[in-house]
Amino acid sequence: MTAKNPTAPRSNPLRALTRFRELGIIIFILILAVVVGLRASDFLTLGNFRDILVDISILVIVALAQTMVILTHGIDLSVGSSIGLVAMMVAFTIKTDPKIPLVVVVLLGMALGAVLGTFNGLIIAVGKVPPIIATLGTLSIYRGMVFLYSQGYWIPPYQLPENFPDLAKGTPLGIPNVIIFAIVVAILVYYFLNYTRTGRDIYAVGSNPDAAQYVGIRKQQIIFLVYVLSGIAAGLAGVLWASRFESSQTNTALGFELQTVAAAIIGGVSIGGGVGTVPGVLLGALALGMINNAVTLVRISPFWEQAAQGLLILIAVVSDTLITRRIQRNKLK
Amino acid sequence: MSEYILELKNISKRFGGVEVLHGVSFALRPGEVHALLGENGAGKSTLIKVITGIHQPDGGEIFLNGQRVHFDDALQARQAGIAAIYQELSLCPDLNVAENIFLGRQPTTVGGRIDWRKLYSEAERLLTSLGVHLDLRTKARELSIAQMQSVEISRAFSLDARILIMDEPTSSLTLNEVAELFGLVRRLREQGTAIIFISHRLEELFEVADRVTVLRDGSYIDTRLVKDVSRDELVRLMVGRTISNLFPKQDVQPGEIALKVDHLTHTGIFEDISFELRKGEILGMAGLVGAGRTDVARAIFGVVPPTSGTIEIEGRPVEISSPQQAISLGLAYVPEDRQQHGLIPAMNITSNISLPILKEYARRGWLVDKAERAAAFSAARQMEVRANTIWQIARTLSGGNQQKVVLAKWLSTKPRIFILDEPTRGIDVGTKAAVHALMSNLAAEGIAILMISSELPEVLGMSDRILVMHEGQMTGHFTRAEATQEKIISAATQAVTAGRAM
Repeated sequence: MTAKNPTAPRSNPLRALTRFRELGIIIFILILAVVVGLRASDFLTLGNFRDILVDISILVIVALAQTMVILTHGIDLSVGSSIGLVAMMVAFTIKTDPKIPLVVVVLLGMALGAVLGTFNGLIIAVGKVPPIIATLGTLSIYRGMVFLYSQGYWIPPYQLPENFPDLAKGTPLGIPNVIIFAIVVAILVYYFLNYTRTGRDIYAVGSNPDAAQYVGIRKQQIIFLVYVLSGIAAGLAGVLWASRFESSQTNTALGFELQTVAAAIIGGVSIGGGVGTVPGVLLGALALGMINNAVTLVRISPFWEQAAQGLLILIAVVSDTLITRRIQRNKLK
Repeated sequence: MSEYILELKNISKRFGGVEVLHGVSFALRPGEVHALLGENGAGKSTLIKVITGIHQPDGGEIFLNGQRVHFDDALQARQAGIAAIYQELSLCPDLNVAENIFLGRQPTTVGGRIDWRKLYSEAERLLTSLGVHLDLRTKARELSIAQMQSVEISRAFSLDARILIMDEPTSSLTLNEVAELFGLVRRLREQGTAIIFISHRLEELFEVADRVTVLRDGSYIDTRLVKDVSRDELVRLMVGRTISNLFPKQDVQPGEIALKVDHLTHTGIFEDISFELRKGEILGMAGLVGAGRTDVARAIFGVVPPTSGTIEIEGRPVEISSPQQAISLGLAYVPEDRQQHGLIPAMNITSNISLPILKEYARRGWLVDKAERAAAFSAARQMEVRANTIWQIARTLSGGNQQKVVLAKWLSTKPRIFILDEPTRGIDVGTKAAVHALMSNLAAEGIAILMISSELPEVLGMSDRILVMHEGQMTGHFTRAEATQEKIISAATQAVTAGRAM
């Protein structure tokens, strides 16, 4: 992709301001790198950087799908439970039949995720239930299904086939596969959002649903689609999760949905819909991963990790509001 | 082949229980500019949305080139060659100018990949050919209203539509922009495009339209050739009805001055508004939607304080900076949009009525239920609210009964000056008469009423005096005896200065 970002603004102070959110997160990342680097010499090493990337890869995959949902002015709170359910079902399947090829395992996970996402999509697009309520419901349902399916048991590493952890952690290309998965997903989502009509329709629906309808965009289909995509991403994440941690537990990815929303919002995705970019979300996930990593390296209380993440979200949302207000005011002049 | 490119027969449309189009027929020839004319609420916008597939008619037939058609959504209508510029702007604020023009039909390469380079070059060529100067990469959010409008027009032109609908395209354009737009309209007509043109400005119809169809209260009235019809005749067709005794304003000897407004101005919105309102009087404010009447009311009520001018209440100069203050001065304001500003739809009747005066029912912070219930009950009865119980949820009431609840709510504050914004919009005839009777009773009790209404019969029937506004200016001031529908429409549609001096 040699073409520059098609929606990239040219020089104009006001537009530079709308870019601020991504700029702000870059500055934050740099400051964090320097400050933590001074305290812990291990922080600014290639090996540590690789660790961070491995840590955030699954987050990136799901956060990008979450971004597409948020772009339509929706939210998918069920992704954490979906990951847990898919991880459990996939782990049970390969425990029973260890001969299944890894490719099939991945496709199976994505198909299971698609089913879960379709259910969300139907409730929201056809049943017209507000996304936050619909997915809050399926968050509980899917988690409940994890317990029902596993009868409360977990799958320890020794019950899984030997080659299964390679799916996430193998390095045939020199870097762990899970990073490759995240890169491929990021490229696909970037291309989808910027170079296909359906991708642009997602922005249009979130930006002004009536206007989208007036030009003939089928609003409900777009909304349905993003939840299915979110489910597929969660399914892929579920397989990778089980592979990376070589196990599946009933509390796998518990609360992970909030991480995905946080990455999107810190990366400049507007909760009101219509605004957000793939690079921004990648930066958002990176910032979260760095905080996580730094807390461990500098050996401070994990309490600070949560607090720092929360602070970052607030800063992102407040600056978003302030910028929007500034633009509105300038327009009135 | 039919002589018409588009023909609508007996179209009817209902929203909830209210029928807004009653068997409307309309026929459009290729290569004509056909104006659609009618007062606010005559059903023009609804008819347009039926043609463009946004609403589906409940009855009647649509023929396109003699073939019966049915549009499930806007996409089908657009594929059939129908494009529209809507009154409410329909751009996506977060997308840029070029993309908004090609939204939903971005040029793609063979593989289905959006061809951004082609999109920008085509947008550039389009804007140049239309003489529109805009940066293609500016987000719609950052555009002015006029610029947004030109993006919409560009989009409609780029569709190569055989039928182009323009719903009030000139309402926010400057004179130059209007002239440019009309140039474009004529060029399209020469190319054989049929154009449906809606405007409140009669002069514009005479300038561009070939034929005109008049709607009134959701019914088809007549279709005329523009060259054979006079302005007065059109106004008569639009207004049509005779004023019945539906409007029973009692004659009240006006008392002392309750409200005096002098040179009230909010820069850019309204200018130099002066009037007096006496006790027992109903002062009607007429004008088109967007003339600035509501803004004046909101300024008086302290929602958006004016930039200059003075307000006197009962002879005392006051500066009202908040609605709370206005209420304490004896003002009450019933806004136009009941659902949004007047009521809390999810609360029951009692809670709605007692909302502004909750303090009076509270003892040490706790509500005393009995007193609240009794007061609400008596106010609801005074307003003749029709409900099963006073615990009924406001949302489930009919429009007319909701309006009565709103009135009851404000009555409970014992106001001396009542500002009513479109008090009977969207209310059925029976309830309307009840609301009018209530207003008349209130006036008889010595309450001063400022009534904003876009419904001429209501203005003429209820008001003791009538103010007319047009684009933020006062363009007319009539006593009840002087006022006629024609005079008011005249003042509301063009900047005449008649009657300006008070």
